Amino acid sequence: MTSRKFDKIGETLYTDVLPNGLRICVNSRPGFEASYAAFATNYGGADRRFRSGGEWTDTPAGVAHFLEHKMFDMPDGDNALDVLSANGADPNAFTSAGMTCYYFESTRDFYENLRLLLRFVSTPYFTPESVEKEQGIIGQEIGMTEDSPDFAVYIGLMKLLYKNHPIRDAVAGTVESISEINTDTLYSCHKVFYNPSNMTLCCAGDIDPDKVRAIAEEVLPRQPGNVPETDFGPKEPEAPDSRYAEIPMAVSAPQFLIGARVTPEADGEKFLRQKLVGSLALRILCGPSSPFYTGLYAQGLLNRDFDYELDWSAGTGTVMIGGESTEPKEVLERLSKAVESVSGGISPEAFDMARRASLGARLRGLEDFDNVCVSLAEGVFGGYCAFDAFEVLESISPDECADFIARHMAPDKLAMSVILPDKEQTDD
Amino acid sequence: MVTTRKKIMPGVWLTALRTDKFKTGCLSVSLLTQLSRDTASMNALIPYVLRRGTTPCPDMEALSERMDSMYGTAVEPVVRRIGEIQCTGFYASFPEARFLPGGEDMLPGAALLTSELLLAPNTRGGLLLPDYVDSERDKLLDMIRARINDRQGYALQRCIEEMCCYEPYAVMRLGDEKTAAAIRYQKLTKHYHALLAASPAEVFYCGSADGETVAEVVRDALASLPRGEIDDDIGTDVRMNSVETTRRETVEELNVSQGKLVMGFRLGECMEDPDIPAIRVFNTVFGGGVTSKLFANVREKLSLCYYASSLLEAHKGLMFVSSGIDAENYEAARDEILRQLDEMRSGNVTDAELASAKSCLASDLRAAEDSQGELEGFYLANALDGVQMSPSELAALCEEVTKEQVVETANSVVCDEIYFLKPDGTAEDDDDEQEI
Repeated sequence: MTSRKFDKIGETLYTDVLPNGLRICVNSRPGFEASYAAFATNYGGADRRFRSGGEWTDTPAGVAHFLEHKMFDMPDGDNALDVLSANGADPNAFTSAGMTCYYFESTRDFYENLRLLLRFVSTPYFTPESVEKEQGIIGQEIGMTEDSPDFAVYIGLMKLLYKNHPIRDAVAGTVESISEINTDTLYSCHKVFYNPSNMTLCCAGDIDPDKVRAIAEEVLPRQPGNVPETDFGPKEPEAPDSRYAEIPMAVSAPQFLIGARVTPEADGEKFLRQKLVGSLALRILCGPSSPFYTGLYAQGLLNRDFDYELDWSAGTGTVMIGGESTEPKEVLERLSKAVESVSGGISPEAFDMARRASLGARLRGLEDFDNVCVSLAEGVFGGYCAFDAFEVLESISPDECADFIARHMAPDKLAMSVILPDKEQTDD
Repeated sequence: MVTTRKKIMPGVWLTALRTDKFKTGCLSVSLLTQLSRDTASMNALIPYVLRRGTTPCPDMEALSERMDSMYGTAVEPVVRRIGEIQCTGFYASFPEARFLPGGEDMLPGAALLTSELLLAPNTRGGLLLPDYVDSERDKLLDMIRARINDRQGYALQRCIEEMCCYEPYAVMRLGDEKTAAAIRYQKLTKHYHALLAASPAEVFYCGSADGETVAEVVRDALASLPRGEIDDDIGTDVRMNSVETTRRETVEELNVSQGKLVMGFRLGECMEDPDIPAIRVFNTVFGGGVTSKLFANVREKLSLCYYASSLLEAHKGLMFVSSGIDAENYEAARDEILRQLDEMRSGNVTDAELASAKSCLASDLRAAEDSQGELEGFYLANALDGVQMSPSELAALCEEVTKEQVVETANSVVCDEIYFLKPDGTAEDDDDEQEI
């Protein structure tokens, strides 16, 4: 393993690439009792059309998420979640548009739990009966998600912003799309995307990096695989065709989500810089101490149910700013004014304050091993090292942030999705 | 970690943990009062009102700016109930100097901000602002009313209310709706001053500074803390026996799909000179986690419940078993839970059960040293008990506990109240099914 010291944050990272292509990162944390391991594949809900050496293959929406559910079934009839729990670990998994990640935290028997994790994720076992049963379970999950205003406002925005990219569809798919999934779909997608060359193992804790490496070599297949190519459809138009959508639902007050697209940089280092510039720029534009937020809060147009984020998945970048307001259109108008003001230049004081707050938040994030491992995995797939963020943050200038806002958030690029209270449903 | 504990002002104690393990440092100040129905809501409301604005930073915008410029330092209200003591105050978290440009030390600034929040609120004519009091009181009322949304927590609270109906312990952490609704700004201001003057305070620090430095910083920051006659008599009353000779049962109906059974126990005579490690191991063997008797038998073997686990309130000498069941299994589940306790009383504890419980408990305790938040809670509870011990030291003592000690503890425990939240048949969906 190659070790690299990050003096600014007092951390050491051990990295290596196994002969089978698996990329390993271990953040050694002496003195900590709990350890954490995340085993992730660069495969998510948006990776629907792909090829691995041969012909292009199209798959229905929801396969990555379906696979995640089914991977816990083991050939001996056990469920990997139960086995890990019985062994003192706290396991779980998630699927996003661009990644599927299996992880656990444990305070004892870390190496044994790691073996279990690597084994169950690399051993596909599906039967027609279990697939059919899962279609029912996930179908219910989809039904519940579709009823949720948070999901509806999000999907509404994605449909406005993206005309072609599969990120406009729900990661879990629809009841119809998952009905097309069978054991063949699952086995072939597992084969294409769950090969070590398309995966990463990221761990943090008081653990021996060489031992982690040795276990990965012992448990996983020896042969490297292909890194599959994905097709996300034709290029998106410069600006969204339609910029506003509303639907009625049973909510107590209108919910809104304002968004814009950002094209991610292809080069890893530039990508990391872009991510940091973007999140700093958003903090300056609409963070908790921004004139935009505090002004609207004081006027009662926004409450504490307000948040903003930049999501980077599957070759997309999406700005999202949302919350609850009686006047979503007024919020959008005021945001456009704030965009204009920030685009014109950022004062050194406002910039310095935002950068300080961001540094503090990132330092706090290092205490959370879950966050550390997932950030490292995102970095592996994005072509950068997540721990370089601290060094890069120091070199960012106010002009870069102003430019980010001006380029990506001009009024004609903003779209807004709104959920309005359904009068008939809420009055009774 | 190096731990120091000393009195730094009249009625003010500081526990300081020196360590370089973390990226951030933390500092908390808790005012301690005797839990009482009349004052619980006011004590819970005060830090939230104070967090709205101070003399130097009159509103939340100014406070946010100040915290941003202090590298994202966060100071937030914390309200707890430990035994029959209510702890109300602030918890500050700030980056360590060695990770900041220029090595700027945030501890003095964080201590000053915490003290301003506590001692220098934004007032008009000496009174807390009616706007702030009214809006925070309404949020408190929402929080109190929302307790029914968490069915399991609600059933536990109802069991406590029935079981401890003659004891202050029945009062909730945030007080009750009726007294909360009656709070007005004049009354709250008066109570705020009384709280500051009479309450003993516990200060906790964890970070890279040494105890002496921290003591100086905190003494400076809290210099204007009014110290009147300190109420040193606060504490938790432990009742050893059950309220009536036979255990009580309460059944209530609600539109839940899954019934919630909570059984309340008094730890009994063992509380006269409590052997905390033995009590903790007993609780873990009985109902703590997947290798416990309750999980292995009531859930796995007999499938009488969706989950079953036991929860310890050692300060008050109580234990609660919490379980999710179908209504028709009420008697069977209740009897089986009691039977598992009888098994332990008669010495039926295997070496494997004991070893697994000790290992589970010890590693959980040691893992508390990974988190400043957990360390803070652990040491605050210790301070109230007059105990000085680290989580690892307690873990080591738990590892020494013998089967005889566990059986002896089991024989001291008595069931006092059984509470069942029964489905009334109107719920549509299995929406609250859950597992441990």
